[in-house]
Amino acid sequence: MLIGRKIGMTKKFKETGEDIPITVIKASPVFVLDKRTEEKDGYKAYVLGFGKKKEKRVKKPILGLCKKAGVPPVEIIQEFRTDDLSKFEIGSEISVSILKEGEIVDVLGRSKGRGFQGVVKRWGFAGGPASHGSRLHRAPGSVGAGTYPGRVIKGKKLPGRMGSDRVTVKNLEVVEVNEENGLVGVKGGIPGARGSIILIKKKGNQ
Amino acid sequence: MDELKIIEGKYIREDIPDFGPGDLIRVTTKIKRGNKMRLHHFEGRVIGMRGSGTGKTFMVRKISHGIGIEKIFPLYTPIIESIEVLKKGKVRRAKLFYLREKEGKAARVKEKK
Repeated sequence: MLIGRKIGMTKKFKETGEDIPITVIKASPVFVLDKRTEEKDGYKAYVLGFGKKKEKRVKKPILGLCKKAGVPPVEIIQEFRTDDLSKFEIGSEISVSILKEGEIVDVLGRSKGRGFQGVVKRWGFAGGPASHGSRLHRAPGSVGAGTYPGRVIKGKKLPGRMGSDRVTVKNLEVVEVNEENGLVGVKGGIPGARGSIILIKKKGNQ
Repeated sequence: MDELKIIEGKYIREDIPDFGPGDLIRVTTKIKRGNKMRLHHFEGRVIGMRGSGTGKTFMVRKISHGIGIEKIFPLYTPIIESIEVLKKGKVRRAKLFYLREKEGKAARVKEKK
């Protein structure tokens, strides 16, 4: 469990010449701001903060948390559910070294916004023929039956806003850990634009 | 983007000589067949480079038995054993695709002294 920012993509090579795509995430500094406990809150979680921000630019409630934990002002806070609350203390920094190369993690992010899109792009509809007088190019076609049921069923795939969704990519391999600079490299692509906020979750609530 | 370079920098090979479009080079690659390893040479003119960082590639063209052969290599792939620069070429553009339409004498590239 780490919070980071997507830096960008690159690749490295295997000895055989195959290449491994890498997404680089900057995941430092990450601090433990608070804990949610069974007794007080009814569930167990860590409250983590990420990022550097000028004190006067940080929202007051977040600043209060930081002050209480005795850490520099953070940009973003996020709770992570856990089974084991004894691993980190309030006020401590979590380093990227909690991840090992070869470890499998889940990565969450917010996908790039695509705006208002039609059904071909948004839902993968096939669309109609381009020519031969077709008149059905990228249109959605029929959206329902006749007098019965006499309405369009809920959840029908129609054009609309696409992207900017919270997306989880499961089972990505950690291929780079650079503790000195707080960088993590995972194999493959992850959702979101460069500079967007990314959550990294270790396997099994830990 | 400096942070990307920190990760990438480790995979940039220092032993690759400096060369560019127009140069005549010999690329020696490792080929593994079963347990046996052998070296393969590809000698030709660099007709273009593209990409940046570890993703940088270059394109080599040669005429083999009267047929033009072009190969694209990743610049930093471990498959490459060595690269030798045989002749420096003097050219005025980055991509020498015009060489594809030329043959023999017309396909020459001036040498840089």
